Amino acid sequence: MKVRRAKDFIIKLISTLVTLLIAVPLLWIIFDVVIKGASALSLEFITSLPAPFGETGGGIGNAIIGTLIINTMACIIGLPLGIATGIYLSEYSNGSRISALLRTAIDTLSGIPSIILGLFAFSIIVIRVGHYTALAAAFALSIIMIPVVSKATEEGMKTVSIDIREGAIALGLPKWIITTKIVLGIAKSSVITSSLLAFARISGETAPLLFTSLFSYYWPRGINEPMASLQVLIYNYAMSGFESWVVKAWGASLLLLLLVLSINILVRRFSTKVV
Amino acid sequence: MSENKLKVESLSAWFYEKQVLNQVSLDFPDKKVIAIIGPSGCGKTTFIRCLNRMHELTPGAKVKGRVVLDGKDIYTEMDAMEVRRKIGMVFQKPNPFPNMSIYDNVVAGLKLMGIRDKNLLDKVVESKLREVGLWDEVSDDLKRSGAQLSGGQQQRLCIARALATDPEVLLMDEPTSSLDPSSTAKIESLVRVLKNHATVIIITHNVQQAARVSDYTAFLYLGDLIEFGETKKVFESPKNPLTEKYVTGRFG
Ligand SMILES: Nc1ncnc2c1ncn2[C@@H]1O[C@H](COP(=O)(O)OP(=O)(O)OP(=O)(O)O)[C@@H](O)[C@H]1O
Ligand SMILES: [Mg+2]
Repeated sequence: MKVRRAKDFIIKLISTLVTLLIAVPLLWIIFDVVIKGASALSLEFITSLPAPFGETGGGIGNAIIGTLIINTMACIIGLPLGIATGIYLSEYSNGSRISALLRTAIDTLSGIPSIILGLFAFSIIVIRVGHYTALAAAFALSIIMIPVVSKATEEGMKTVSIDIREGAIALGLPKWIITTKIVLGIAKSSVITSSLLAFARISGETAPLLFTSLFSYYWPRGINEPMASLQVLIYNYAMSGFESWVVKAWGASLLLLLLVLSINILVRRFSTKVV
Repeated sequence: MSENKLKVESLSAWFYEKQVLNQVSLDFPDKKVIAIIGPSGCGKTTFIRCLNRMHELTPGAKVKGRVVLDGKDIYTEMDAMEVRRKIGMVFQKPNPFPNMSIYDNVVAGLKLMGIRDKNLLDKVVESKLREVGLWDEVSDDLKRSGAQLSGGQQQRLCIARALATDPEVLLMDEPTSSLDPSSTAKIESLVRVLKNHATVIIITHNVQQAARVSDYTAFLYLGDLIEFGETKKVFESPKNPLTEKYVTGRFG
């Protein structure tokens, strides 16, 4: 009895220590970014363009908008494709050769380093149109989203039991309605959660953007143009060596961190609410 | 004897090579309750799943013979979805749609087919929930998820859902087998009322239940229809000794 209690205690102790150990870097990062970035934050910082070189002030408004535009476009391309692939794999493929191929392709896709996706978008879009463009960035990022969303959609839909499906079939509903309104409806929280996580994931991707949207010191003028983004701005400014730019890089990092953290909090709420 | 709603003509069914129904023929009279009884594995579920074309969805399933609804062969002259709208089904385990409210569960068959008329839907929800005796229990919160109800309430919700499209025939596969006695009693009295507007075909493992609710009884054994007739006769003076053994509880 005593031995068992001692073992219990040791295991509890170890797991508490490990948890703390993991929490430390996370809290440290947040703390560090907040300390260094908070001083940069102001209304001007988030609403105006970068100041011309040598002048003080200015902001990163164009990079904030740019990241949002690029992410939105990536969602417009990636989410429907990801969800459609998930639906196909769960409901329509019934073990065909094509589905095995598709599943392998999706698995492989999720393992491809993002820098290679950037290079790919560069070679098939940027080279062809002759200039850097946000469209190519959205394309590269959407490829990152597809496997995340399609897997979660497929798994969420597969958990819908045969009993529920038969209940729907017995009402004389056509298959596509059962699939979209009932099965997908039940899997909705998986789809939303994975979409949010994919959004958070691409918000941190930088390598693909360096090959595609690159950067701009102006407000976005069109989606087929180079475009500023928080990620590339952080990269540029942090490496610049100018004190005032480095501070702005920390400010941008703080905003990006807030974006990603708030998405994660949203995800938690979603996955705990729907049981 | 009233006219026949559904005629089954030498119906056989298979799972892969295994034949589980052997040339079953019988006529279901209109607006009556017909009980299907027989020992476990004798083919009751398979039989009623042939009547709304659900059997063909199972891997390896095969059907032969004719099932005729109001003079139309459901396999050759009707589309499977049309058949299922006219011949509703209630399952052994309650299966409300967990992503839908009580309200949406009841009218799922209408709403998902594009019926949007709010007045009509409201009316259907109230009348069907009243019919299954659930209205008073849930009317104050129809937005609640259907999956949050008790087992007996869920089953009545599923019956309301099946009734919402006004099926002419209702198939019920042991609808009370997972329920407590009071829920069972509610569903039994409901079944007796349902025959006012539909033919009800109910599988039950409980011969007393068959005796209580049905007008006619069919006894299946190892895929054969052993006996079919008025419930009273089947129970009191069965023609086949096997039937007598079964209804008196001496096997099965
Ligand atoms: N999906 C299936 N695949 C293969 N065989 C099956 C399948 N479902 C049922 N069977 C077989 O078909 C026969 C009839 O089964 P069925 O479910 O119709 O019996 P039942 O009378 O409804 O039994 P119970 O009273 O236990 O529900 C059984 O021998 C069973 O093993
Ligand atoms: Mg059965």
